Amino acid sequence: MSSTTKVNVVENAAKFIHQGTDNEFLHDKNLWNARVKRDTTASKIPEWEELRDLASQIKEHTLTHLDKYLEEFAENAEKRGVIVHWAKDAEEHNAIVLEILQKHNAKTIIKSKSMLQEECEMGPYLEARGITITESDLGERIQQLSGEAPSHIVMPAIHKTMSDIAQLFAEKIGTDPNSRDAKSLNESMRNNARPKFLQADAGMTGANFAIAETGSFVVCTNEGNADLTASLPPLHIASIGIEKILPKVEDLGVFIRLLSRSALGTPATQYTSHFTGPREGTEMHIILTDNGRSHRLGLEKFWHSLKCIRCGACMNTCPVYRRSGGLAYGATYSGPIGIILDPTFDETKYSELPYHSSLCGSCSEVCPVHINIAEQIMDWRKVMASKDMMPSGLKVAFGMANQMFKHPSIFRMAMTMGRLALEIIPNKLIYIDANSWGKNREMPTLAKETFRDWYKKNKK
Amino acid sequence: MKVGLFVPCYIDAIYPKVAIATLELLEKFGVEVEVPLEQTCCGQPMSNEGDQKHAAGAEALFCKNFSKYDYIVGPAGSCVKQVRCHMDAIPQTEEVIRIRKNTFELVEFLTDILKVKDFPWAEFRHKIAIHNSCSSIRGLHLQSMSEWMEPRFNKTEELLEQVKGIQIEHIDRPDECCGFGGTFCVTDEPVSAKMGQDKVADYMKHEIEYVVSPDMSCLMHQQGVAQKEKRNLQFVHVAQVLNNGPF
Repeated sequence: MSSTTKVNVVENAAKFIHQGTDNEFLHDKNLWNARVKRDTTASKIPEWEELRDLASQIKEHTLTHLDKYLEEFAENAEKRGVIVHWAKDAEEHNAIVLEILQKHNAKTIIKSKSMLQEECEMGPYLEARGITITESDLGERIQQLSGEAPSHIVMPAIHKTMSDIAQLFAEKIGTDPNSRDAKSLNESMRNNARPKFLQADAGMTGANFAIAETGSFVVCTNEGNADLTASLPPLHIASIGIEKILPKVEDLGVFIRLLSRSALGTPATQYTSHFTGPREGTEMHIILTDNGRSHRLGLEKFWHSLKCIRCGACMNTCPVYRRSGGLAYGATYSGPIGIILDPTFDETKYSELPYHSSLCGSCSEVCPVHINIAEQIMDWRKVMASKDMMPSGLKVAFGMANQMFKHPSIFRMAMTMGRLALEIIPNKLIYIDANSWGKNREMPTLAKETFRDWYKKNKK
Repeated sequence: MKVGLFVPCYIDAIYPKVAIATLELLEKFGVEVEVPLEQTCCGQPMSNEGDQKHAAGAEALFCKNFSKYDYIVGPAGSCVKQVRCHMDAIPQTEEVIRIRKNTFELVEFLTDILKVKDFPWAEFRHKIAIHNSCSSIRGLHLQSMSEWMEPRFNKTEELLEQVKGIQIEHIDRPDECCGFGGTFCVTDEPVSAKMGQDKVADYMKHEIEYVVSPDMSCLMHQQGVAQKEKRNLQFVHVAQVLNNGPF
């Protein structure tokens, strides 16, 4: 998956901000509201902070005993008649899916949202091999019809306005392009998709949690679409990242209480479905997939990112993500969690993502499982700097700054020259394109007398 | 008690009145304050970008300048956070650890060490909003975090409440980052500027006259945005208000 083309997240974000519609404004507003709802609903749980501590500890325990729990999970799932596969990377994952589908002569799939399947680029892989896929989650279906990846872990189409969707549906499923009525647009999509669900040969889901003790897995949705996916076709394939394991059923309660409150500010997802073995006369497959996770587990500074339960709270709270739009990150995972996960997939391609953060730290503080996201962003910058992969403008600047800050005399001289320069250079030379400060901000004016000079005159 | 006054480079050059106010304020409380004249920068710009190699020089000089003081006090949350939380490009000797631990941002020094309650000389008859920076809130815990379900407090507000005539207003998103973020404001200009514009719009919506902050660097960015938009909005450091000037 290595690529030398770097994602230019700054340029992508600028396009989202300046596209001249309501997208950025609504994206920011809606996601900020989700964060506010999260605060309100969390405040109603007196033991909220204890829950977060407990969740973090359970995840750390599980990740440091992952081999044991994975084996226990697989063994218990097999006991209940599930066929368990192991995939080391995206390629193996996709090949296993294809093989199962071919064995069953399955040509059409109904699919519930799975970030792991996105990560594996499974959709395009299967479609290139003659398989038709229909996304069952409304937001994901919108993204599918747009030919776009999800822009948010939980709300995949949150970057679109009602007008965008009306126009898209008019093009793709023949609705009235002037209709902005959410209910009727939703109804049209339901009528369009439902027959495809009913006729699908196979259903695919991901999993939010997998429980070692029982070999069962849990999928949380608000539309009940995972239940349709799992219950209608005679074949159910679930793609599960190896970090999704929890030791016991009792652990699950901690995470179910945290997940939806952190994500949308609702007490629980509308559907929290437990899958424990195939229905009679059907087959259930689980693909336990690594795809870089065990490598990440070995990274001293970054293994804590495996605690992530994919709630999206860090994205909702991130002022940079809210204004950039998720697609700007050019990766499966966007926002703060994306910044720390994406370089583990491809350091070169995503080398500039760690700089797309004001380091405000809100992501770390909102994370329900205490992932030190902001600290990891800093740590990734250290990695990029040590490998000479900082954005090039920064490198020159810091070489010069170091000389200046190391030597007080050079520092004084630079300040004096800077002050003189600002006094004599005309404004039209200061507010040029290369000076990105001046595009939307006036330059600060240097004082006539520094504090140091004042102090020497008045106090010394 | 001997205090070394840590004057961040941009305050020295652009906002000397903030340093004067800080010095005078500390002296009003009987603190013996010295200004090491060979200080430059705490290393934050380089450290923030992950450039440890280039941060080390500035960090070593900082420690050399401030090793002899009981406390080091700076009127800038983000610079103090750099020293306290991230000054790790140089070997962590006992002395370096002591310096880092004893470096305080002005508001927390007034609240937690001097435990001052009154500013009888201070009067500020304006409608203000407080901007506690991200570094001050989440790094130094100057204010309770909205992300945490913890008892609510705001050390800056508790001090400013003592100023005669002051009217403190709360904006819609008081603890959202303003978009300064150090070098972020230049390297990520489009997002940074948008965040600043949104912050200024929030102040305008609440008819704020002055924005008061323990972090002048955030204000430098916000002021730049407000001036570009020709807004009638002023920005001052909390030390200037508590000391009753200079403005």
